[in-house]
Amino acid sequence: MSTVKVFNAGHTACSGCGLSLAARLVMEAAGPNVIVSNSTGCLEVFTTRSPQTAWGVPWVHSLFENSGALATGIVAALKMQGKENEARVMAFGGDGSTADIGFGIISGMWERGDDVLYVCFDNEAYMNTGIQRSGLTPFLGATSTSPAGSVTGGNQKQKKNIPMIAAAHGVKYVATACVGYQRDLQNKIKKALAIKGPKYVQILATCPLGWGNDSSLTIQMGKLAVETGLFPLFEVEEGKITNVMNVAKPKPVEEYLKLQTRFRHIVKNPEEVAKVQAIADANFKRYTKDKVLF
Amino acid sequence: MKKVTEGLKAIAETVALCRPEVISAYPITPQTHIVEELSVIVANGKLKCEFINVESEFAAASVVLGASVAGVRAYSATSSQGLLLMAEVLFNMAGMRLPVVITDANRAVSAPINIWNDWQDTLAIRDAGLIHLFAEDNQEACDMHLQAFKIAEDHEVMLPVMVNLDGFILTHAFDPIEFPEQALVDKYLPKYVPMEKLDVKNPLSFGLMGGPDRYLETRYAMAETMKTCPAVIRKAAQDFNKMFGRNYGELIEEYKMEDAEIVLVSMGSIISSMKDVADDLRAAGKKVGVLKIRCYRPFPVQDVIKSLCGKKKAIILEKALSIGGVGILTADIKAALYGQKNVPEISDFILGLGGRDIRISDIKAIVALAEKANLKGEFYGLDPKLVEEMDK
Ligand SMILES: Cc1ncc(C[n+]2csc(CCOP(=O)(O)OP(=O)(O)O)c2C)c(N)n1
Ligand SMILES: [Mg+2]
Repeated sequence: MSTVKVFNAGHTACSGCGLSLAARLVMEAAGPNVIVSNSTGCLEVFTTRSPQTAWGVPWVHSLFENSGALATGIVAALKMQGKENEARVMAFGGDGSTADIGFGIISGMWERGDDVLYVCFDNEAYMNTGIQRSGLTPFLGATSTSPAGSVTGGNQKQKKNIPMIAAAHGVKYVATACVGYQRDLQNKIKKALAIKGPKYVQILATCPLGWGNDSSLTIQMGKLAVETGLFPLFEVEEGKITNVMNVAKPKPVEEYLKLQTRFRHIVKNPEEVAKVQAIADANFKRYTKDKVLF
Repeated sequence: MKKVTEGLKAIAETVALCRPEVISAYPITPQTHIVEELSVIVANGKLKCEFINVESEFAAASVVLGASVAGVRAYSATSSQGLLLMAEVLFNMAGMRLPVVITDANRAVSAPINIWNDWQDTLAIRDAGLIHLFAEDNQEACDMHLQAFKIAEDHEVMLPVMVNLDGFILTHAFDPIEFPEQALVDKYLPKYVPMEKLDVKNPLSFGLMGGPDRYLETRYAMAETMKTCPAVIRKAAQDFNKMFGRNYGELIEEYKMEDAEIVLVSMGSIISSMKDVADDLRAAGKKVGVLKIRCYRPFPVQDVIKSLCGKKKAIILEKALSIGGVGILTADIKAALYGQKNVPEISDFILGLGGRDIRISDIKAIVALAEKANLKGEFYGLDPKLVEEMDK
């Protein structure tokens, strides 16, 4: 390992934070020759507080919804300086930044075909501001703005399918990854960075505080999300599914739900659990190797 | 040799002479011809530059912000709704001390939607931390862009600069324009040298969170720069005059002020009409002068004090207002004069909003009104019938 670290310890993430683990894995896979544009959110907040920074690579934060456009500007500037081969450019955003407020920006970046790896750190809510729902909050998951009320229980919408939306844009490489499968995650980042053009990787990152799981379960939660079928891991290259993480014996979603207080209101209700199970079952059918999507 | 050119095209050609390395902008009337013309200039290989088409002004501002942190000269242009959509990025850009230059074709803000001229757009973001310059005519607007880059990129400044010109009145007017020679432009405006940039050889972090322990000092530093940058703005104007032989004043311009008793104060294209009015009224025996605010932020407090104190009357003409408050320029001028000796009587008029014509005869009528009484925040030119209709 090099002496200069790309992502340093000493930041202020919560214990068991899947996001800080995911970010470290991404950065170690990417190495020092990258420039990062980071949207507002937990990652930006826990890694910087002027004059301190956890970042060992050139890093910039501007706003909640513009890391994609910043990356475009950075790529353009590198090109004008004749340095396009000196550094790869990555844009980071949380699920809220990616699926909601910054979505138009990201769509624009993909449409232009900019040579940027966009990484969405998906902890399934606006964690930085106190666990409000986002477009990537899971079906029936309780958040502080989709609470488990007596009439409606939790988030009434399914996760927005950003990977498929990315693929529909003609993004060259689309992948999902998860802190439960670290080598897989790092391979995907390396593979993505070797490709010229737009790339999108969405990483499921456990958030003990927001999900209400034990902070020792960060890795397990990731594994369970995949093993139940709720967060399938796959790769899409040039519009075709080229790889799907095989789950030999799918686990019932209940095993995943019961470990998190955000699903506390449904675990004792078989009808509601069945609805979530149906999503997982559909995912296994939807994401199959060699399927041509576009 | 002068070439008769439309204002916007002239600006695009001048911006190209400044050799921006990244341009990103989004169409909006009355700015659109700038982004169109620049795309043509780049497409024809006349300017080596990354021209980035985007999906919104918010994205355009963010792209040039990213380019600027990465160390290159970056430019954008917009107007009205587009400027407001950029607002969040502009505050951020200024706070990050990035020397981007942005042209604003000044236009009214919706509702009602209106594509014509006033200053509401630019004055709505006057607190963002950008330097705001206002051009009186198209030659000045063009020349101001060279100065804008020079000021913004000065290491004593490092703030974004906005060049303002009145929508349609200037933007779409054809004027004979003197374009500077490229070699001279290169001499006046050498390649941008960033102080710091995104660089793998020297990995720095930009845009860090600043807590209560640090934020106050960061904003203080910006305020201090605004206090010291007038020297740079003055020098940019003086050097420009030396090299190109054109002078528009520095932070302000005074016209027939020496013996003036009545002073007309404003910004932008209306200044030309005010100068004509001063000439006419002087012929009729009235000692009228004109004070042009060329640099609105930083507000030239000392210049304004020197210029106005000792005069009998100042008449401020405003093409914007803080609804529920007072005229915005008026507030700045009154704040500057507070506590000074020999402060003139002040009348201020709100007029021309949303492109309503302002004729020479209107300005003369305003002088006559102000001579009779001190009027405050007086809307000039209202149609009484429409006022009554809207009252219902
Ligand atoms: C324009 C704007 N709106 C709202 C906010 C407040 N805000 C900051 S971060 C954030 C949520 C971030 O959520 P996400 O992108 O999922 O990142 P996370 O913190 O969960 O990692 C919100 C709502 C903001 N900074 N800017
Ligand atoms: Mg989140």
